[in-house]
Amino acid sequence: MSIDSSPPTRVVVVGNGMVGHRFVESLRARDEDGRHEVVVLAEERRPAYDRVRLSEWFDGTDLSLADLPGVEVRLGEPARALDLAARVVSTSDGEYRYDTLVLATGSYPFVPPVPGRDLAGCFTYRTVDDLAALAGYAAGRGTGIVVGGGLLGLEAANALHRLGVATHVVEFAPRLMPAQVDDAGGAMLRRHIEDLGLTVHTGRTASRITGTGEVSQVVFEDGGVLHADVVVFAAGVRPRDDLARAAGLTLGARGGVRVDEACRTSDPHVYAIGECAEIGGRVYGLVAPGYAMAEVVADRLLGGTATFPGGDTSTKLKLLGVDVASFGETAGPLDVTFTDPATRVYAKLVLSDDARTLLGGVLVGDASAYPTLRACLGGPLPGPPLSLLAPAGAGDPSGTGGLSGTAQICSCNAVTKDTIVAAIHDGCADVAAVKACTRAGTTCGSCVPLVKQLLAESGVAMPKALCEHFDASRRELFDIIRVRGIRTFSELVAAHGQGRGCDICKPVVASILASTGGGYILDGEQGALQDTNDHLLANIQRNGTYSVVPRIPGGEITPEKLITIGEVARDFRLYTKITGAQRIDLLGARVEQLPQIWRRLVDAGFESGHAYGKAVRTVKSCVGTTWCRYGVQDSVGLAIALELRYRGLRSPHKIKAAVSGCARECAEARSKDFGIIATDAGWNLYLGGNGGFRPRHAELFASDLDTESLVRYVDRFLMYYIRTADRLQRTAGWIEAMDGGLEHVRAVIVDDALGLAGELDAAMAEHVGSYVDEWRSTLDDPDRLGRFVSFVNAPDVPDPSIAFEVERGQPVPAGAGRQPVMLGVPR
Amino acid sequence: MTAAVVRETPAVAVEWTAACPYRCLEPERGVVALVGGVPVAVFRVHDGRVYALDNIDPFCGASVLARGIVGTRGDAPTVASPMHKHVFDLRTGRCLDDPEVVLRTYPVRLRDGLVEVGGLLQVGGLVEVSGQG
Ligand code: SRM
Ligand SMILES: Cc1cc2nc3c(=O)[nH]c(=O)nc-3n(C[C@H](O)[C@H](O)[C@H](O)COP(=O)(O)OP(=O)(O)OC[C@H]3O[C@@H](n4cnc5c(N)ncnc54)[C@H](O)[C@@H]3O)c2cc1C
Ligand code: SF4
Ligand code: FES
Repeated sequence: MSIDSSPPTRVVVVGNGMVGHRFVESLRARDEDGRHEVVVLAEERRPAYDRVRLSEWFDGTDLSLADLPGVEVRLGEPARALDLAARVVSTSDGEYRYDTLVLATGSYPFVPPVPGRDLAGCFTYRTVDDLAALAGYAAGRGTGIVVGGGLLGLEAANALHRLGVATHVVEFAPRLMPAQVDDAGGAMLRRHIEDLGLTVHTGRTASRITGTGEVSQVVFEDGGVLHADVVVFAAGVRPRDDLARAAGLTLGARGGVRVDEACRTSDPHVYAIGECAEIGGRVYGLVAPGYAMAEVVADRLLGGTATFPGGDTSTKLKLLGVDVASFGETAGPLDVTFTDPATRVYAKLVLSDDARTLLGGVLVGDASAYPTLRACLGGPLPGPPLSLLAPAGAGDPSGTGGLSGTAQICSCNAVTKDTIVAAIHDGCADVAAVKACTRAGTTCGSCVPLVKQLLAESGVAMPKALCEHFDASRRELFDIIRVRGIRTFSELVAAHGQGRGCDICKPVVASILASTGGGYILDGEQGALQDTNDHLLANIQRNGTYSVVPRIPGGEITPEKLITIGEVARDFRLYTKITGAQRIDLLGARVEQLPQIWRRLVDAGFESGHAYGKAVRTVKSCVGTTWCRYGVQDSVGLAIALELRYRGLRSPHKIKAAVSGCARECAEARSKDFGIIATDAGWNLYLGGNGGFRPRHAELFASDLDTESLVRYVDRFLMYYIRTADRLQRTAGWIEAMDGGLEHVRAVIVDDALGLAGELDAAMAEHVGSYVDEWRSTLDDPDRLGRFVSFVNAPDVPDPSIAFEVERGQPVPAGAGRQPVMLGVPR
Repeated sequence: MTAAVVRETPAVAVEWTAACPYRCLEPERGVVALVGGVPVAVFRVHDGRVYALDNIDPFCGASVLARGIVGTRGDAPTVASPMHKHVFDLRTGRCLDDPEVVLRTYPVRLRDGLVEVGGLLQVGGLVEVSGQG
């Protein structure tokens, strides 16, 4: 045992938000001898979470920040009073003595003192609890009004819009995002947002909210009135300095706990950090300066002399699918601007009067140059201004070669190019490793493209090899096969791989060959590449039998066909079940029964449902205008047309779709790879949803499309996905992994930014024109039927290892060790 | 390299069963033959060689191995079970993902264009192929 000369000191942190959490994390990491004992008092009941990504809560994203082992965090126990003389903070549950107190209480949303602001239906937008309450109330309501057209207001508007509410944004300044962008940028932003169907009111002030019990109207100072079911206040934030004020600490002129460059308040034992602090005469409403303060205080407590370096107020957002970025000064001695009304891109760089130094800038509509530009702030530009501003594709705005070593790549975490390059030299081989060892990219994520670029420039090969047989990725193999016109696996593996393949690469190559050449998927060598499901055109089950799923396009089926399915199931003793995708599954078929079953089904007009393939599965539909009193378009008709158009299309993973006849969304289209929801004016197209392992909602891609444009977009979307996605990557993951995400997809399929549209259209036309039902082709050819036998040397002997028993009146695999499901019914 | 040790006890104990004509074996795919009442998977690999091993996937008990994808891992010719994708060395029957598990392999010969599989009359194995000496 050793005797410690200095007793541990006790640090109490008030506030478990982003900055408080960062402070504790940093102190814990650096306080190697455990000199400081830490208690955190937290008002919110949830463990610390990432407020910057708050809006992603709607997507089900896990926002939690890292756990802090060994730290006592008192959730749901806010500090109520502070006694500076006794060095005690008290809560309703107890008193906490401290040696050092760190205030990290953040801000509260400012709600203008308008009458009616307490009515049900008025919300703020700051915490997860706020969002949960808003989502619960707003879903299914007609109109919502967001008060405030700044960064927060637009995020809140985005949320309302996504909740299906007709959304208005009211901003009292003459432009949107007055704090971040200039007039021209604000005007361009407004156009983008109006394109999406939101209504923008600038230069207007809400003066009164009326309603009985619940909000029903917003009245403006100019006398105008808007109907509203929901109002969200996002009119800015104010520092939470009440605790400090009551204790007698010095505050800033406009609020905020005043601190010196070491983040110390007027009491030497008390620090304040984050949004509640006023430092250098400013209160910062962004997380990066807060993190810098957290690091300063951690350093000070460990005997260091760090000081606050000044805050970066750069912002980049993607709001309603519109990129907006602003950094440094937005006005200055010399401007270079770029405006393109066609693509709705606006960009401006602010330069020093000798045009040598970048002082700031504003980007609207395309912010791909943001990471590079921000890293150059205060230094020379890496190239001629216009080449940096032209929209992506026109040049390479993201090269890092021109950046100096001290350029800050990650402004959220103050990580320079040198630090990242050093980490790469020390063995960080991918983005995840760089994030783990430098923290770059862990907050807003906008610097990740630059981190990737640095990895690539350092010669680090991104892991992309498909398997031991191919160093290439699926996407590269696709291009090789397409461009070189390769038609067999042997040819491909001889020239571009090694060995003879495996269960990973062979099905991938089979799928690419199917997409590039069409034709029967089991002909010649291709048959040997297929997984058993594709090989036998049925799905393998746990006991080695197969299931049969005939196509029922859109879920619509005649009584005659239903009867046929029933008869087939009865005659072959199959187990039947309605699937989750509006069709009927016949299970328990032996290999040798498959052709006989399909003969009956094909004769009755059925065809393969491709339930076995990595292929288009179903386009689910609701009854729509055909029957439903709410339907506004023929959802069944469209679903059937789409299912027939895309049937048989082979893809990197299965593709599912749905069409709903109105916004009630009974077909659950937003949980599909592509989902369509009818509107009065046409169709809204949503892309990139799925259920399953990691459920994701599809995002709105385009509104009020006519059927022809809709089909064109879906054609291109599917073909672009098929060409470029990784193996077993659903569309959601594909979009997520893509630089530029859904915006990039939009650029390719709507604006034809890569000049690919013609090719994609032609590839789809080729698919649609060459479709043949796989089961019909199989039945028509005795050679192809040869593989459907139990034993090559005893085709009449059924496999004795397959046996059934009866459960709820249907056959199921025997002796699979299943237990009856008991529901706790009293005996 | 894996040393294949073949121990043979009196040849009388091997009974040859015809599976199918060699030309009916699709390259890099399997078929199932019934050999003395036991389902045996017979594979033809890319270089024309034929291997035979138990058709029952020991991990799930279903008789499915012949329907797996044939390929290579390193130098080993392999099949991946279609059920849960366990990979087996066709030469030794050893599961490369779980080396404790070894499938029985069967001798194969070609007679008049017919592929024949050597069945075992006695449990205990007259022809036993084991890896790693
Ligand atoms: C028939 C069906 C559509 C179809 O053709 O597939 C359908 C039809 C209707 N749905 Fe639905 N829903 C149908 C499955 C669904 C599903 C999918 C599911 O459950 O599998 C959903 C999404 C999941 C869910 O429950 O949220 C769904 C979410 C809704 C909603 C939205 C509910 C919500 O809280 O958001 C409504 C509107 C409402 O009730 O407020 C709705 C309302 C309706 C009503 C009752 C609208 C009405 O008030 O008239 C529709 C009846 C039409 C009519 O006149 O017959 N239906 N509806 C589906 C019947 C399924 C059934 O088993 O009977
Ligand atoms: C929707 C939204 C989007 C944003 N987007 C961005 C962005 O893109 N980029 C960016 O830089 N910033 C963004 N911000 C701002 C960013 O979230 C804040 O700058 C950051 O969270 C500040 O951290 P903080 O710890 O100072 O405050 P907070 O994260 O607010 O944490 C303060 C915590 O202290 C608690 N607390 C208050 N009083 C007490 C008390 N008496 N006792 C105990 N606990 C108390 C509060 O409940 C809260 O949990 C966004 C904010 C929101 C709401
Ligand atoms: S989505 Fe609309 S049209 Fe379709 S069934 Fe539901 S309520 Fe009716
Ligand atoms: S700049 Fe925000 S995470 Fe790097």
